Amino acid sequence: MIELENAAYSYGGGELISDMTLSISSGSFYFLTGPSGAGKTTLLKMCYGALVPTAGHVRLFGQDLRDMTRDDIAIARRRVGVVHQDCQFLDHLSVVDNVALPLSVAGQSGLADNANLKELLAWVGLSKRANAYPPELSGGERQRAALARAIIMSPDVILADEPTGNVDWEMSQRLLKLLVELNRMGKTVLIASHDLSLIRAAKSQVQARVLRIYNRRIQLAGADL
Amino acid sequence: MKIALGGITSLLAGDGHRDRVVPPTGFTATLTSFTSGAMAFLVVFAMALSFASARLADRWGDALAKSATLRISAPQAEIEIQLAAAMQVLNTTAGVKSATVISQEDQQKLLEPWFGPDVPLDMLPVPVLIDILETEDGFDPDGLRLRLAAEVPAAVLDDHSRWRRPLISAATRLSLLGWVSIILIVGASAAMITLAARAALAANAQVIAVLRLVGAQDTYIAAAFVRRFAARAFVGALVGMVLGAMAVLLLPSSAQQAGILTGLRFQGTDWLWLLVIPLFAAVVAFVATRLAALKVLGELS
Ligand SMILES: Nc1ncnc2c1ncn2[C@@H]1O[C@H](COP(=O)(O)OP(=O)(O)O)[C@@H](O)[C@H]1O
Ligand SMILES: [Mg+2]
Repeated sequence: MIELENAAYSYGGGELISDMTLSISSGSFYFLTGPSGAGKTTLLKMCYGALVPTAGHVRLFGQDLRDMTRDDIAIARRRVGVVHQDCQFLDHLSVVDNVALPLSVAGQSGLADNANLKELLAWVGLSKRANAYPPELSGGERQRAALARAIIMSPDVILADEPTGNVDWEMSQRLLKLLVELNRMGKTVLIASHDLSLIRAAKSQVQARVLRIYNRRIQLAGADL
Repeated sequence: MKIALGGITSLLAGDGHRDRVVPPTGFTATLTSFTSGAMAFLVVFAMALSFASARLADRWGDALAKSATLRISAPQAEIEIQLAAAMQVLNTTAGVKSATVISQEDQQKLLEPWFGPDVPLDMLPVPVLIDILETEDGFDPDGLRLRLAAEVPAAVLDDHSRWRRPLISAATRLSLLGWVSIILIVGASAAMITLAARAALAANAQVIAVLRLVGAQDTYIAAAFVRRFAARAFVGALVGMVLGAMAVLLLPSSAQQAGILTGLRFQGTDWLWLLVIPLFAAVVAFVATRLAALKVLGELS
């Protein structure tokens, strides 16, 4: 569903990532790791069309990013749930409105009041915080709200960038459990994280493939983790 | 056009969520309301001026069409001779298209409003009137007066509508200037609202990033801004229009004296034009904001 073919990206200087070929297959659970600054976020951004590779190709659901208009990308993005590294919200809207935002954007705002939304908030444990505003949330609550927003459109793929970046160990386990559960429901999950202990913890719960950015290339990490 | 119409229907239909995706505060909102209000106020005056001067030009134009009149006041015995002499002079004057003696019945009709239907015209020392129609170029009134003085001493040339001719063209110009002012005001408003919209978009780059992250298309994001600006412009212009209309109402009525200063009040259906102002302001804001937003969003990719 997301394919990279000799994709490279450069912010202007040398290439940050080079010659990456990768196919994210349906239903799998991936980790993307590598030291800070390796280009994990950059790679993820290509996977949801926020960045277009400077060389090579990235295909979203069979469409080459280069041939897609902004509108095409916007529509493709509704099939990709993104949990952004710094969890951006609309701070003037309540949590529940933020979570329902993708519905409104897709012209389905009538569904925003439905039971799914309540169920979803309960599932991520934010029922009591539904009417709070994003600046009032803790790090873990923000991550869970971002996850709820990412999956409300029932996307095929969930891309999470450092979802456990600003939370304690317990909360990171809770978030991991949610992501593993989503994978069991058939969703493809890709988590970018430099946190190796999280990856080790996941291995007992799910069959995860670990990709590593090393020396600007992508490689499948072995048992050395 | 189709897109614009779609936008307007959704503007009217409304979408609670969409309206709120852009944070409500910011100087751009105040700027838009104030600008629209001030501009609407000015448009009311430009309209008033334009309508009033057009009315004046019309009225004066009617008066002018009657052109000049020659009046002969002489004792009954002499009048025939004087009349013949006057006709002779007029028929040989360059610029006189035709000269017609106004019949007794017509004179009677003219006097009726003042004296009633039973004016004994033959008993009164009513002068003989000759209606002069001018050619396109008109005649030379001073030359004609000199000839009349020599040949028909009892005749008085009344061409007082003549001096109005430059005034009519001035009034017509003034009316046109009113409309030009309105066009300039609309242009200035559009420019100001465009700037305000661009500022609002720049200030909300973070909001735009979030909307894009969740799959918003440019038209969705633009609509969120457009609706806000159009609504602001409408309310601002409505207030400005009402204040402007009240100010015009407070001007003295034209009933007492006909003149450009006292005739500024709107008359009859002119008032309906005022209703167009806020609607038009909303449409201008809609178009200006939409164009600005789509342009900025294109640059922000
Ligand atoms: N918009 C940008 N412009 C220029 N350089 C950038 C930009 N975004 C990221 N970088 C650089 O690219 C490198 C990789 O960034 P990133 O993809 O965020 O890595 P990671 O997520 O693995 O930490 C970093 O050195 C960062 O400074
Ligand atoms: Mg990163």
